[in-house]
Amino acid sequence: MAEGLLRAVDIYKSFVGVQALKKVSFEINPGEIHCLAGENGSGKSTLIKVISGVYSPDSGYMEFGGKRYEKITPIDAIQSGIQVIYQDFSIFPNLTVMENLAFNSELADRRKIVNWKRMRKIATDAIAKINFKVDLDAMVGTLTVAEKQMIAISRALMFNTKLIIMDEPTTALTKREVRNLFNIILKLKERGIAILFVSHKLNEVFEISEKFTILRSGELVATGSTADLDSEKFSFFMTGREFQKKTFVPLNVSKEPIFQAKGIGMKSAFHDVSFDLRRGEIIGITGLLDSGRTELALSLFGIRPIDHGAVLVNGEEVKIINPQVAMQHKIGYVPEDRLSEGLFLTQSIADNIVISEIDSLANKIGILDHKRRSEEIERWVRELAISTPNPDNACQTLSGGNQQRVVLAKWLALNLDILILNGPTVGVDIGSKHDIHGILQKLAEEGLALLIISDDLPEVLENCSRILVMKSGSIVADLDAAKSDEKTILSYMM
Amino acid sequence: MKSTISNTLQKLSRRNEPYVFLVLMLLCVLIEIRSGQFFSSNNLVDIASAFAVPGLFAIGAFMVIISGGIDVSFPALASLSVYATTKFLLDVNYQGGVWLAILIALALGAILGAFNGLFIGYFRLPALIVTLGSSSVFKGIMQGALNSKQLTVIPIGMKNFGTSSLFIAKNPVSGLTSRMPVAILAFLIVLFLVYFLMRYTMFGRGLYGIGGSEISAHRAGFGVRNTKFIMYVMVGMIASLAGVMRVCMMQQAHPTNMLGMEMNIIAGVVLGGTAITGGRGTLLGCMLGTLLIVIVENSLILIGVPTSWKSVFTGLLIIIGTGVSAYQVSRMNRVRSVETVAKEVV
Amino acid sequence: MMKKEMTPFARFEKMYASDRHLWRLIIMIIVWMIFIALTRFSKFYSILNFQTMASQFPEFGLMSLGVMLCMITGGIDLSVVGVANFTSILMAFLLLNLTNAAGGLPGYAIPLVFGLGILIGAAAGIFNGILVSKFNIPPILATMGSGELFTGLCLALTKGNAVSKFSRVYSRTINNKIAGLVPVQLLIFIVMAVFIWFLLSRTVFGTKLYMLGTSATAAKFSGLRNDRLLIKTYMVSGMCAALGGLIMLANYNSARADYGSVYTLQCVLIVVLGGVNPNGGKGKISGVVLAIILLRMLETGINRFPSISSYYISLIWGGVLILVMVLNYFTENSTRFIKRQMLQQ
Repeated sequence: MAEGLLRAVDIYKSFVGVQALKKVSFEINPGEIHCLAGENGSGKSTLIKVISGVYSPDSGYMEFGGKRYEKITPIDAIQSGIQVIYQDFSIFPNLTVMENLAFNSELADRRKIVNWKRMRKIATDAIAKINFKVDLDAMVGTLTVAEKQMIAISRALMFNTKLIIMDEPTTALTKREVRNLFNIILKLKERGIAILFVSHKLNEVFEISEKFTILRSGELVATGSTADLDSEKFSFFMTGREFQKKTFVPLNVSKEPIFQAKGIGMKSAFHDVSFDLRRGEIIGITGLLDSGRTELALSLFGIRPIDHGAVLVNGEEVKIINPQVAMQHKIGYVPEDRLSEGLFLTQSIADNIVISEIDSLANKIGILDHKRRSEEIERWVRELAISTPNPDNACQTLSGGNQQRVVLAKWLALNLDILILNGPTVGVDIGSKHDIHGILQKLAEEGLALLIISDDLPEVLENCSRILVMKSGSIVADLDAAKSDEKTILSYMM
Repeated sequence: MKSTISNTLQKLSRRNEPYVFLVLMLLCVLIEIRSGQFFSSNNLVDIASAFAVPGLFAIGAFMVIISGGIDVSFPALASLSVYATTKFLLDVNYQGGVWLAILIALALGAILGAFNGLFIGYFRLPALIVTLGSSSVFKGIMQGALNSKQLTVIPIGMKNFGTSSLFIAKNPVSGLTSRMPVAILAFLIVLFLVYFLMRYTMFGRGLYGIGGSEISAHRAGFGVRNTKFIMYVMVGMIASLAGVMRVCMMQQAHPTNMLGMEMNIIAGVVLGGTAITGGRGTLLGCMLGTLLIVIVENSLILIGVPTSWKSVFTGLLIIIGTGVSAYQVSRMNRVRSVETVAKEVV
Repeated sequence: MMKKEMTPFARFEKMYASDRHLWRLIIMIIVWMIFIALTRFSKFYSILNFQTMASQFPEFGLMSLGVMLCMITGGIDLSVVGVANFTSILMAFLLLNLTNAAGGLPGYAIPLVFGLGILIGAAAGIFNGILVSKFNIPPILATMGSGELFTGLCLALTKGNAVSKFSRVYSRTINNKIAGLVPVQLLIFIVMAVFIWFLLSRTVFGTKLYMLGTSATAAKFSGLRNDRLLIKTYMVSGMCAALGGLIMLANYNSARADYGSVYTLQCVLIVVLGGVNPNGGKGKISGVVLAIILLRMLETGINRFPSISSYYISLIWGGVLILVMVLNYFTENSTRFIKRQMLQQ
């Protein structure tokens, strides 16, 4: 019989005619750190759900510890030692740490009566396993993302766990927290626990995993040892395309700065930030998750106004106290969380494009000019190559890359001078990312001033002319992108 | 040591119960000062007896809101089951004790609650809509199929139960007396059972869990559908029991006079700090909030506010109370975001 | 080419699929009308009967329109009846003062009553809107509280008694039939319904409302002024409720604090039955108007069967509401499942 902990053989799965998984086979050995990568919609999450018993495969089988299953139920999966940690950690924000930790094991033991003393003991034991220190009586909703994740991991370890599946575990973590997570993963490995790590971040795949499996459109395109992989191969496997990087060279930079920040600050977020932004320029602001970069972005758009310093637009001081003021001064903002902040998912693509400029498409008393509205929509769908059969379809029918183009269209339609982008390609697949970078560079050439806030260093290096590095709320370096590399930036960030 | 005390104080200050308790005490003292009658034994007994039925309803509403749902059908449900019970017992000329009435009403309440539970739990329809619809259906059955009219005579067992008292309180000044009805026992028993259920059983903790995150509860392997179903059955039974107590205490069955109570009951539960979005709140707070509403409704007359003004005060109470807790939530969120930022910057 | 060859059945199917909910309501109305035609034709199909229906439903129909707007933003307005009664009682006092010795009214009285009434409704609505937007009180609680407050003010002003004995001219004017055919109440309803239809489908405000209801966060990040939008919405709702109250004042020829107390939940029921999503962002006025018509027809139709207690109406309402929701559950669940799976691809 096979040595492996888990072996999936020839898994097929389709949903109402759409093939989600085609003949996928791979295996995981005990104590192995295995990375599962793939673009959005490549079948990653379907595969996880098949392994954890949420979906049953159409054909194919799985082996856990030598035992063959044609179909597996979630309970079988848990009893075979499989635990899934979803992106939202499956926690109860309204309950205490203690209850969150003990809830699952109490359920698994089919207990009916709650014994608070026993719960406390279960919880204490659980966090001791990974040396995690936390107030057991704190409400989980008040904890940081990393702490929530530790709770999810502690909880997963309470069972006789042999394999932990982590779905994009590093998404909302600071660099230090990621380091901490990786240390814990390595410790788990020493104990013989295998980790299936779902990610599409190249550097993480190289750093932590020994084996990898890449899916594309439901098919397994590559599996093997990470040592044999490099970044060109990785993006080729992911997308099936080869890309030529086009590094941004600023052409028509205006003489006078269009936007100036003079010593601006916000309490307990960032302080004393100054920079000038000119037309035709792309400035990158990078830093760790806790560096204050997001707060800075939000304050420039007036969501959380600054409390000292001054902002000058075209040389005149402007008090940006809300997004309307920012928009009046031709500043737009592409938010970090596209799904909740950037888009109205269930509304039409058309309405999503015109919503910010809608007042200009109406007459004095607010009656919409339908002809101009549809002209605008047609124009932006064409210019940004948003691929949709009908702009009246709901926005949620689009892929991540196309959704991001809709957000861009919404702002470009306003005829802006300054566009702030916070994580412009987060959750966008490699192909679309490339296209979006192309659009941004073209916009700069046309005279727009862009500010990209991102922790994706290759992205910043490729697309910006200047890079400001933030650390603990202030700017610690102002670099010329052409003369710097990832290492230099990282040394300032840490 | 000092820090633990200030810690506890800080934790307390973020909860709602102390504020509600303070407001309640202030109101009581104010009424006492103005009238000198509030803390008289007979007035306290009167309030307790006025509290029994709304208290029972509030317990049911509390469970539903904790689970993330809402129920506007309980007055109709209670009216229907108690009316059907009373009518049936009158028709068969039942002469026995009140226990049979309670049993029948509980059984009917369970069936009607199951109706809600079926659509909310198993079909996953929004609770507000289902209970709006079911409240209309229950009213229709009662007034249409049962052709309900006011029943001025009730079965002897219920009559005796309604008039029997635990003790009688006499006001030494005015000489007025008030009876503590036995029905208060039913309330206390249910209160104790539900307290135990919510605090010491997986079922109760599961209700909190579902209110906090239904997906997490489902992934943890919790039977979300069954739990919701059973909860609505229980709530139906508690509401029916409240209906029986009300009919016994009033000595007559009036088919419609409970209707419309749902708003004030829900308001009381929310005033006591139960989050309308589910998952947060304590039974103690819920009882304090309900008591506050009951006192405003019953005792304002003692300080010379005419009864016709009582809705104005309840309305203001709801607006100010929910406004304060909404403000608290937004302040907490702000504090929390600053705290987490600070934590991460360190 | 393809379109021409479509069979009538296929064409109907396509029409049905474009808005299932709406067509389901239409089919229900038609089935009920046929049923009544077969059983009680002469008692139902008379001009007088239709006129009576048309003069009654605007009371709660107008309030439902307001509730609909609030529900599209993801909120709710439970204060409509309170606002309606508050308006009608204040206006009844005004009419009482204006009534002259001969029992008549000065010519400006009725326009003044309507103007002031709408202003009162707007003010009450703005109050709700401020509670919801500036104080962040959940709409269900804010409007429940303000509804109680307005009802309380009514009780305090009237001691629970009816305000009547004002000039009959008011009631008679509103109960007029335009061209001997169309009741004035219906006309007011139609004007308001068209106004709101126009607001929702032809103006910037309407688009913003749907977007706000879909995601308040995304609306903020798109530069919409959420607070102002909400205040305006609740203001229009208050105006609708006030108009409903003025019609009640005419229909009963008096005002009282507890008139129409069943309307609160009934309006919510109508709006949901009309296909408005209680979570916001979705809903059409056509659906709500059809739901109003359906309910009025059911009620009046049942009244034509003397052997059936009119109380069965609420049974049928509740039944229809739950039935429609269950039907939606089955059709949407199957399509939603497919869509979700497609999306993952």
